[in-house]
Amino acid sequence: MTSNEPSHPPLSPEAKNYSTRRDFLLQAGIVINTIAAFMIGIPVIGFIFSSLIRNTPRVWISLGPVSKFPEGETRLAAYKTPHAREVDGATAILTCWVRRLPGDKFRIFAANCTHLGCPVRWFEQSQLFLCPCHGGVFYADGEHAAGPPPRALYEYEYKVENGELMVKGGVLPTLANPA
Amino acid sequence: MNGKPKKLSEKLVDVAMWLERRLHLVKLWETTAGHPIPKSSVSWFYTFGSMTLLCFVIQIVTGIILSLIYVPTAAGAYESLEFLNFQQELGWFMRAMHYWGSNCMVVLMALHMTQVFLWGAFKYPRELTWISGIVLLFLTLAMSFSGQVLRFDSDSYWGIGIGAAIMGRIPIIGAQMVNLLLGGPIIGSDTLSRFFALHVFVFPGAILALLSMHLRLVLGKGINENPTPGIQVNRKTYDAEYHKNVQKDGIPFVPNGVAKDVVANGILLLVIVALAVFVGPKGPDIPGDPTQLIAEAKPDYPFLWLLSAAALLPNESEWLYALFFVFPIIASIVLIALPFFAGEGEKSWRRRPVSIIAVVLIYLCVGMLTYAGITGPWSPHMDAWSGTPIKPEFIKGRTPLELQGALVFQNNQCRNCHAIGGEGGHRGPDLTRIGTIQTQPQLVRQIIQGGGNMPAYGKNLSPEQIRALTAFLVSLRPPNSAPAQDSAMPEKPLRASTEEKASASR
Repeated sequence: MTSNEPSHPPLSPEAKNYSTRRDFLLQAGIVINTIAAFMIGIPVIGFIFSSLIRNTPRVWISLGPVSKFPEGETRLAAYKTPHAREVDGATAILTCWVRRLPGDKFRIFAANCTHLGCPVRWFEQSQLFLCPCHGGVFYADGEHAAGPPPRALYEYEYKVENGELMVKGGVLPTLANPA
Repeated sequence: MNGKPKKLSEKLVDVAMWLERRLHLVKLWETTAGHPIPKSSVSWFYTFGSMTLLCFVIQIVTGIILSLIYVPTAAGAYESLEFLNFQQELGWFMRAMHYWGSNCMVVLMALHMTQVFLWGAFKYPRELTWISGIVLLFLTLAMSFSGQVLRFDSDSYWGIGIGAAIMGRIPIIGAQMVNLLLGGPIIGSDTLSRFFALHVFVFPGAILALLSMHLRLVLGKGINENPTPGIQVNRKTYDAEYHKNVQKDGIPFVPNGVAKDVVANGILLLVIVALAVFVGPKGPDIPGDPTQLIAEAKPDYPFLWLLSAAALLPNESEWLYALFFVFPIIASIVLIALPFFAGEGEKSWRRRPVSIIAVVLIYLCVGMLTYAGITGPWSPHMDAWSGTPIKPEFIKGRTPLELQGALVFQNNQCRNCHAIGGEGGHRGPDLTRIGTIQTQPQLVRQIIQGGGNMPAYGKNLSPEQIRALTAFLVSLRPPNSAPAQDSAMPEKPLRASTEEKASASR
């Protein structure tokens, strides 16, 4: 309680001298602590925001032999992303829709709807991708057919190597980082 | 020391007095639980704040208990919830208490905020109490959202996917924001871990800090008196008048003013326990597994209205932006600025019609959007085509061509969006009476070209299939009702409906 404290007598010359020493110590203390704060703070911020600068590029991943995908059909393909760790469990297995055109031509679409990322499902009979969340519909070639999605399905790069279909994926597709 | 041995009661008094001299408990009591409140504020309407606090205490206790079993990894979370539900003794009860405690906390906080708004308690000198309450509201919603992520079932997995899709719409730094949200390139264990850290350490810590500020302000500035219509708040005179009134006929909060809070909180406890026992914990639904493409990604109750708004926004636009970035910022600014542009004047809701209209409108909007979110009419029924057969009354007495059309209708997923007889998806119009509304040529055009939020089937159906399908659709009309006619070319209907033919031949 400040009101109960006795009022201070005028400072003696020695006390004034002491005061300048204390001022110096306080300033030195502030400098030391500021340096320490940066030495701790920068790593803390760096750790927390490391995912902002970490580069996790798309990589070529095999979806299996080309013969797995019959011509003219659209099949779901699942692959394990090399970016995953053991604790990721089932979430390490990503999916994409593989449409095989005549010959060794393919179109590989992300399973994530371009509206809000829900999983689109292929219906062979009506040749449509339907999204369960808000009713987005896409044609077999990935073009927008109906519903709220503002654009066509994200499409992955692919290549065929030694009879294996390779997709450039491994990252969750979003508008900022489409397939 | 007078040599005479002290009695036990005297010794206890001595101990109590020693504690009092060290801790100054009497003073602490007088400035906290026993602080004087205006008699008029003893009201059932003033119990929502303490009820919100009780919910928070329940969340802390049950949350700590759940953390004993819960495993915050993508590989282990789901199984640990199953363990809690089915193997750990009373684990289901703790999960249910935590779930219902959370929903009740959001609801009671909204009621508390509404009461504070309508009773003018945000006005001078309680501006900071209101603002700290706004921050507490956002933190509570953040707790609710991060908590449902920890469930890590399919709702949670695809819910985070929605978050990533929204973040990905931010220009320039979108990819970085997605990475910041997910903690990596995929929705995985790092994603779950960061929501775990937020839910268990960061948000509760922030709530405790803000809550102590909130309560300190309540004690420091006094409980809002129950406003009398016609009495205006004036910055110059309010404090003196409030203190005069409290000194004149104030009563200590404990014990004299606390009875209604005790009763209300007791009932709240019973309600939460009853919900926990009779309704039980939520989920977990099927596991959060990207290869299981059967998600609906429905958030918990507090966020259903937001999901509905996202679903009902105009198509093919980036209105989502406005919903998730502009709207929250404007709402926050309005809420925080409120005590500064409406800090004086009339307090009672009886003299503030605009405030009442605002509250009614907000409750109606959020209520209706929540209801829409529960029914979710915009979601197709993904398995209606294979799991919901057409009722016999819609195929009885049909020609072979019409029956073939019914098969085309069912086998091509039309049913996922179109109900017949109320069963099936509600994304598109119910087709129970389509024969009375559209002619066969109109239906052919609609099916081939699509439009009006329907995909075009021109490439996917053969002319024969379309002929059969439209024949079936035209036959969908109640007995004895005339088929639709083209208003531009009025002519005799192509033929009588099947029911009419059947009844005529009878």
